[in-house]
Order: sequence, then structure tokens, then C-alpha cells
Amino acid sequence: MATAEDVVLEARGITKIFGNHTALKGVDISFRRGEVHALLGENGAGKSTLIKILTGAYTPDGGTIELEGQPVSFTTPQQAQALGIGTVYQEVNLLPNMTVSDNLFIGRQPSAFGMVNRSATDAMARTVLAQYGLDIDVRAELSTYSVAIQQIVAIARAVELSGKVLILDEPTASLDRHEVEKLFEIIRTLKARGLAIVFITHFLDQVFELSDRVTVLRNGFRVGSEPVSALDRTGLVRMMLGKDLVHHNNGPVDGEPDGGDVLMSVRQLGLTGSVLPLDLEIRKGEVVGVAGLLGSGRTEMARLMFGIDVADNGALHIDGESRVVRSAREAVSLGFGFCPEDRKADGIFGDLSVRENIVIAMQARLGWFRALNRDEQLEIAGNFIEALDIRTASAELPVKLLSGGNQQKVILARWLATDPRFLILDEPTRGIDVGAHAEIVRMISRLREDGLALVVISSELDEIVSYSSRVVVMRDRALVAELRGADITPSRIVQAIAGQGVENVA
Amino acid sequence: MNPRYRPLAATTLIFIVAYALCIMQYPSMWSTRVLGNFLTDNAFLGIAAVGATFVIISGGIDLSVGAVVGLAGVLSAVLITKLGLHPLLAFAIVLFVASAFGAGMGAAIHFLRVPPFIVTLAGMFMARGVASILTQDSIPIDHEFYRTISSLYYLLPGGGRLSVIGLLMLLVFLVGGVIAHKTRFGSYVYALGGNPTSAALMGVPVGFTTIAIYALGSFLGGLAGIVYSLYTSSGYPLAAVGMELDAIAAVVIGGTLLTGGYGFIFGTLIGVMLQGLVQTYIVFDGTLSSWWTKIAIGLLLFMFILLQKLVFSAQGRRTRLQKVPA
Amino acid sequence: MKRLQLTEIVRPQLLALACILLLNWFVFPGFFTITWQDGRLFGSLIDVINRGAPVAILAIGMTAIIATRGVDLSVGAVMAVAGAVAATAAVAGQPLVVTLIAALLVGLLCGLWNGSLVAFLGMQPFVATLVLMVAGRGVAQLITEGSIVTFSDPALIFVGTGSLLGLPMPAVIALALMLAAHLVMRRTAMGLFVEAIGTNRSAASYTGLRTRTVILTLYAFGGLCAALAGVIAAADIRGADANNAGLWLELDAILAVVIGGTSLLGGRFSIPMSVLGAVIIQAMNTGILVSGLPPEFNLIVKASVIILILVMQSDRIGEIVARRFARLKLRGKT
Repeated sequence: MATAEDVVLEARGITKIFGNHTALKGVDISFRRGEVHALLGENGAGKSTLIKILTGAYTPDGGTIELEGQPVSFTTPQQAQALGIGTVYQEVNLLPNMTVSDNLFIGRQPSAFGMVNRSATDAMARTVLAQYGLDIDVRAELSTYSVAIQQIVAIARAVELSGKVLILDEPTASLDRHEVEKLFEIIRTLKARGLAIVFITHFLDQVFELSDRVTVLRNGFRVGSEPVSALDRTGLVRMMLGKDLVHHNNGPVDGEPDGGDVLMSVRQLGLTGSVLPLDLEIRKGEVVGVAGLLGSGRTEMARLMFGIDVADNGALHIDGESRVVRSAREAVSLGFGFCPEDRKADGIFGDLSVRENIVIAMQARLGWFRALNRDEQLEIAGNFIEALDIRTASAELPVKLLSGGNQQKVILARWLATDPRFLILDEPTRGIDVGAHAEIVRMISRLREDGLALVVISSELDEIVSYSSRVVVMRDRALVAELRGADITPSRIVQAIAGQGVENVA
Repeated sequence: MNPRYRPLAATTLIFIVAYALCIMQYPSMWSTRVLGNFLTDNAFLGIAAVGATFVIISGGIDLSVGAVVGLAGVLSAVLITKLGLHPLLAFAIVLFVASAFGAGMGAAIHFLRVPPFIVTLAGMFMARGVASILTQDSIPIDHEFYRTISSLYYLLPGGGRLSVIGLLMLLVFLVGGVIAHKTRFGSYVYALGGNPTSAALMGVPVGFTTIAIYALGSFLGGLAGIVYSLYTSSGYPLAAVGMELDAIAAVVIGGTLLTGGYGFIFGTLIGVMLQGLVQTYIVFDGTLSSWWTKIAIGLLLFMFILLQKLVFSAQGRRTRLQKVPA
Repeated sequence: MKRLQLTEIVRPQLLALACILLLNWFVFPGFFTITWQDGRLFGSLIDVINRGAPVAILAIGMTAIIATRGVDLSVGAVMAVAGAVAATAAVAGQPLVVTLIAALLVGLLCGLWNGSLVAFLGMQPFVATLVLMVAGRGVAQLITEGSIVTFSDPALIFVGTGSLLGLPMPAVIALALMLAAHLVMRRTAMGLFVEAIGTNRSAASYTGLRTRTVILTLYAFGGLCAALAGVIAAADIRGADANNAGLWLELDAILAVVIGGTSLLGGRFSIPMSVLGAVIIQAMNTGILVSGLPPEFNLIVKASVIILILVMQSDRIGEIVARRFARLKLRGKT
């Protein structure tokens, strides 16, 4: 059993602020020799910020880091690496255009008179990879190998260079079952060699299979650190989603969930490698809440319905027709709207004004020639700024200057301006402050009362429970449960996400 | 075979087939005389194209090469004819100036984080402007050393002449190949072209490498300018206008990916030879006009860009840069 | 109508132009003299807008392309092609209408070719337009059969050297095109679409914009503008010179757009400001000419201007500038 003396890397009170957003608030964490430490949390919980601080990519705004008892600070990944902390990023950060041995030894190839000794480099590369049970042609380009092998090369490189702490950022995201087994074997070997391994994942099975200890982050706080043996799946999901289930008192939404007319039915909609075929009926005047952990296929489902990705199986039945949505444009013409998860990358036009951000979808639908003139635009924007209480000094302010919550309202306004009948909101309350959070939740309920059909994806269970007429649960890229009426409680949702008990209640 | 070699294989095949067709039509094209002239006539283009290959492999572009060739020629002529310096001393000065010029562009690209094409565009204006201010007319170079160099050649069997500048081009290709494929610096160049973010994370000195790449490109541009002055025995500020495009075309036709990361110095030699072949064929034909050269090169360029697009998108290369919250 | 504020009227570009004109006046006291002769205006100032017209027209087409993070390197070569087509048609005795339509159609085709490569094959703009930049002059020479085709069709020559309401024709055409393009951008939704695509292409496709069609249209328009500039350049010298027509003008056009405040990183754009940029470039050219310096000095001045703008637009220094000129909305940054 690991003891306090085994602590290799310890961080205390880590705080990081981006602009007016606090990404990490006084997080304590410690990693021990010969231990696999799983780091869990939803998007925006602060995992990647914490990792970037521990590896020198970011400088913390507060807190201390100690390596083997000595206070350290580093400003570049190279410094962290030299001190013994190696990282393998989610998107394998190697050079796909270069050979395996180049990737292992770039910058430190054995050389004489400026000439790289290729055969010596290759021999070293083979020796290194042999430790991982890999016998491959090290002179071939990295991109000719599978992601799993690239992953192992990245691990080998990180261990070669650092050797004390190995941070693995979602290493299994794109591996199949067999490859995951292989990777786990390697991680166990490294653990036996005495490395401290930090393992970031969103697959709960893997946490229980591989880890000794779990730390859960939520909204920039550390929820807790526990030995895995002290937790069960439900307890872990509860930590991640942060529900104090005892105090839950929000009843399910009023009204009969099956009351409204069916707007559309999704039949066996799926995309290979993304979402398994799923069925779902969406009615007017109801909110279908989608619960599930990161990577469960919840966002992928939304992207299929909106035509960002094109389904290779099944179809939507709407207006008496059966069709596959092939582009966002087609979805918009059907009266759909979509507030994406990554507001900054896919949602707002940062440099454009609030007015332009609000009218753009409506204008795109009207087309090039039927232009709204400035007064019409100002009126529409003004109406929505008032109706949604968007706090901006003026409609002409660049939207990037607004707070996250107000940006979210602008995107919502953009879709409402198109007079939609179906809205998909992916994590509408992520990264926004408490006040705006409550407003958006109220807005969702109001839109439902106005007869809109909504699909809302959220990791906030309280929130889902408070506005959903029905809740579907996604796990491992499949729709695994549909809860209605009295079943819509945080504890039932947690059980369904954890895969215990409520299989297909509907 | 690795699909990445396909463009190079295609170029080699096209060159062999095209040459064979040319010979079938004009059997006299199969002679060491023609081959020797191939090398001599394209020496300056070949030398500059080696520099362009490094730049393009690193994911950049250098639009200033032609202007640097012009400037180097003029500077040599001014130093030798007007100031009476010995050519070798003049060459040293020219190469130093050219390298410093390239290093400046590299530094601007790295530190200002602006697209290389716009920086090297400014470089092109600058080099042509300076050359034109030095002189507006062609300055003849009449020096013992130039006459000696021009008269030296290695007589090939069959009457062909392997001139000093032709030999120099082959040497530059050889040295360029060694640097690109056998040295640490070479591996940094490829790393930068593969993914600059990863390269930086893996400890590649990105700033130094960028500056060195553009310095090397301009150094070779300067050398090409000297060769051009030897070839024409003069320096002219408007020499080699548009040559940067020929150099880029030679690089791309030679199998180097225009977006960086993959490429071969040897491929560029074939690219240059293929352009030379088109020109020679047009000369032999006598009825075709020289403008067909540009159209043929444009078509070849398009074909190869398309071929690369197909080869590389089929492989689904992933070089997405991770977004960092600001 | 929105109330215009002082800072929005007095842009640094206007100040720069004023400075250059004043400098010109110092070295050449007759600079501001304008005379009326034979039913048209004469003088250095008139010369500036006349000579600046081809680059201004290219810049009009280039502005929206750059606003979508693109670039068209082939406009100089397209000028040569269109000039060759116009000259050949004029020599063949075609009436002006046919000549113009033929030349503009060829330019449009070139633009569609570039646009298809960028929008549908997903090539990097500078790579895609490089192809035509290399091959275009060859095509132009193919049309003129290698010689400089001279013509004497008075109608076509009028396009390059005539005058309307006392102003030289090229300037009239450039101004009319600027107004038309500006109105199309700002009175239809096109301008908004272009700025949306340039600001965030992913978000633009999420809102259901036809991003590819918009981009294709912009390159097609760029080709059209290049053809028009090519016809004017040919009409000016009464002949088509496939080697030298439009040589390096793509660079002047990009420079004009950048001076006009449109960022190479895309986003906000202004066509009138780009035209102002073209006038500034021409004022520098003319100034160097009247001051007796060799015209090649121009190249060094242009290079310095590019470097200056790059320094001002670069991330780090740009932030300082942006804070100081926070009100100048046109300075694009991500």
C-alpha cells in the first residue's frame, strides 16, 4: 500500500483564472509512486487546465507544486519534462510525417560531425519499444501505424524523457477493446516500475479496472479524492454530477408527457463509430433531457439530428416524410436550431456585433437578396435583447466582449429569431455564472410552454430534472434508458448512467 | 509502397516516359550534349529550387527567391566590375548578404507570426528594389576568373560538356540531400512541416530552425544568382523574374507536399529536369512557342497538387492544432 | 442613420494619404494644380486616381476574398489573359460589347476555377491560385501568339484613355465598381455572410450558411474584377502584353486591401477603404516619380509599408495598438 512518503508530485491550492472566468479554485492533488490515479470530471470541470499547469503549459495564478518534496515551478513543457513529468496528450502530439525512431529521438539522435547515425538511432528505438512488447519497423512513418501504436510510441517517448510521473490524457478515446487491453498491460508494467501514472478518462469501467485512486473535479473545484476500492459506480457518478440526492425536491414537470402531438420520430438513426442506431420520439411542447457522461454519444446524437454529421443508418420522420438531414442548412429549413457545446469554436462570431450574431441565422434562411435592413435588424436584436434580458451596453458591441451567459443567450436568440419548431441545446449552461444559469433554465421551461420541442443535453442533473418531460440516458454510444414521470429523479438517472438497475424502463 | 512516395514515383515515371517520347520523335535528344546543356541551362533554377524545397518541407513558402537571384547577380557585378573586387571575395559578400536577408525574413515570420507568403512578398519587393537602385541596366562582368570558369568543363563521352555550374548544381543537390535526410537540422525541418505545435512540445528549437531555413533558402538564392551571373556574364536587376514560381513548381512536381512535412531533395532535381525537358522539346520542335512551357508547368503543378490532395486526404492526416483558451 | 463619430471619419489611412500628398506637394509644388483642358481635367492628382484605377479595381475584388481568410494570387495573370482576349477580339473587328463580354467572361471563368479549388476541393487559397498564377501568363501568350497585339479600335481605347464628365475613364469605372460592390455587400446580406464566414467558418456552417457558394461567388467576382482591370490596362497602352500586363499587381492589390484595414486573418472588411489603400499606393508611386527618385525606389517603399503593417497587425504589438485605437473597429484580430 502506498504511503505518504511515496508521494512524487503534490500540488496545493492550485488556482487559475482566465479573464473573468476562474477555471480552477484551490485544487489540492497528490500523485504517488506505483499508483494509477484517475482524474475525472465533465468538460469544463478543469481537468485539462490542471494537467496543463502540472506539465508547465500554463502558469498557475495561485498554489504550489512540489516534486519529491522540493518546490518546483516550470514555464515550459520541456522544463517539466526534464524534471520528470511526461505527458501524452489526447490528440497524439507526435509528428505523423516522421519515422517512429525520429519521433522517439528527435533532437537527441546520436550523431557524429553533425550527421545523424541512423542505424544507431533505429537500434535504440527498437530496444525502447521492445520493453513495450512492440516489434515494428521503426523506419516507417508514424502515420502508417494505428492510433494504438502511436499511443504506445508517445508513452515510450514520455517515459524515456521523464520517468517519474506519466500523465495520460484520455488515451483510450479512439481505441478498440483489444487495443485498450494492450495499453492497460503497458500501464500496469509502468506502474510496477514505480511510475506515478495520472489517467484521464470518461469511461467508468476503465477507472475501476485500472486505477487505484480517483480524484473528481467539478466546476474548477476538487470534489474529492478516494481510493477506488471505497467507491461503487453509482457513488462515482454521483461525485461527478455532484448531486446531493437526499435533498432533491424538484418534482417532475407538470402536464402529461405524452400530451403533445408528435413532431418527429427518429428511427434507427446512427453513424458507424459515432452513435449506435437509436429510436426517439419528439413531441411538441416537451423537453427531452439527454443525460450521459462525456463521450457517451450525447453530442454525437445531436450532431446527427442537425446534419453536422450525416447518418449512415436510419432516418428522421417529420411532416409525413422520412429523410436524412445532410447539412445544417437542411436542418434549419426544417425549422431546427442547434446551440452547440463549444460556444467559442462553433457558436459565436466573436468580432461581429450582438445584432449581427442574432440576425445571422434568420438572414441565412432568408438568403442573399432578401436582406434585412439595419432598422429591421436593430428591431429584431432589440426585441431579443429585451426578451432574453441580454446584458450588453449596446447591440453594436462585439459579442466576444459579453459574458458566457449572455453569449449563450445571443445564440439562443439567433435561433428563436428563425421561429423554430425544434431546438437542440448542447450543454446550454456550461461555463456561465449562477444568475444566468437560472435564467437559461427558466427560459427552457418557457419555450416548452410556448409549444416548442426541445432536446437539451446537460451534465447538470438538477437542471435536467427541473425542465424535462422525459429523460433519455446515453451510455457507450447508445441510448440505454428512457425515463418518464416519477422516474425522472437524479438517483434514477445516476443509476442508468452507471448501468445499474433501470435498463430500458420505457 | 508507401503512398507518400507515389507523387515522386509518378514524376520519375512521367520524366522517363516523356523523355522516351521526345527521343522517339527527335532521336538526337538522346545525347550527352543535350543532357549536359540540361544541367548547365537549369543550374541556377536547380540551386534555388533546393532552397525552396527546404522552405516548403517546413510548411513555408518563399516568394523572394527570384528577386534574391536578381539582387545577387547585380551585387556581384557591382562588386566585381565597379569596385574591382576579386570575384571570390565578391561571392563571399554576396552569400553573406543573401543569408542575412533570409534570416531577417525567417525572424519576421517566427516573431511576428505572420504568413510566410506575405513576409517573403515584402522580401521580394525589397530585393528587387535594392537591385534596381544599384543599377537599372545590365552590368557586364568581364573578369579573368569568369572567363576561366566559363571555359572549364568536363568532356563527356559523346561530346557533351559538363560545365562547372552544372556540376555545382549537382553538388548542391547532393549536399542538400545530406542536410535534409541525414542531419538533426534536417529532421527539425520535417518536424516543423509536420506539426509546429507538436514539434515545439517535443523540444525542436522552432525559432532557430525557422530562421535557419529561410537563411538557407536565401543563401542558395544568392548562390543561384552568382551562377546566373556566371551563365550570362552580367548582372541585371530584372533577371529571373517569376523564377520563384518555377522553383516552387519544380519542388511540387518533385513530390514535395506544398503544405509541408513530406518531400525529397532528389525529387526536386527531377522536377527541374522535367521543366528543362519541356523547354528543350520546344526548342527542338521549333514551331511551338515558349509560352507552352508555362502552360505545361501550370498543368503539371495542378496535377501534382491534386494528386497530393488525393493521396493525403485518403490517409486522413490529422494535424489539427489544439485550441488553447486565451 | 447612425451618428458618425469623429474617430470614424478621420481614419489613419486618410491621415497617411494627406501626409503623402503634402510630401508630394513639397517636392513638386505644382502637385495640387488641376487644369481644365479639352473637356477634361488634368493634373497630378487626377493622374493619381487614373493610374491607381487598375489596382483599385483588383482591390475591390480582393477585399472580400481576404475577408474570408483567402487570397487570390492569380489576378495579375488573369489581367494578362483578359487583356489578350480583349486585344484579340478588337483586332478581329468585334464591337466593343462583344470584346468586353468575351474578356469579362474569361475572367469570370478563371475566378470560378480558383473558387472551385478553394471551396469544393478545400485547397489552401494561395496554393489553389498559384496554379493559375503560373499558367495564366502562358495562356495569355497562347492567345496573343507570343507577340504584343496592338489594336486601334477607338471604342476600346476610350475605355483606357477617354474621359467622362471630365474624369478619366479608368477612374470613373473604378469608382462606379466600388459603389456597386459596396452597395451589393451592404444592401444585400452578402457583406454579413462574408464577415461571418471570415470570423468563424465553423459557426457559419452551423447557422446554415452556404459557405461554399459564398466563397465561390467571391472568387468569381475577383476574377471578373481582374478581367476589367486587364481590359483597362490593355486599352491604356493600346495593346496586350502578355509578359508584363498586371505583373506584380496582385501584390499591390493585397497591399491595398491590407492598408485599407482588412486583416489577412479575415473578418471585417471595407471595399471603399481598400480603394483608398490603392489610392495611397498610387500617391506614393507618383510622389516618387515627381521627386525624381528612380521608380524602383517604389518597391522598397512598398516593402517597408508591408513590414510596418505586419508589425502593427502582429499579435503582440497589435494588442498595444488596439488598446490605443480601441475605437478603430476595422483593425482585425482574432
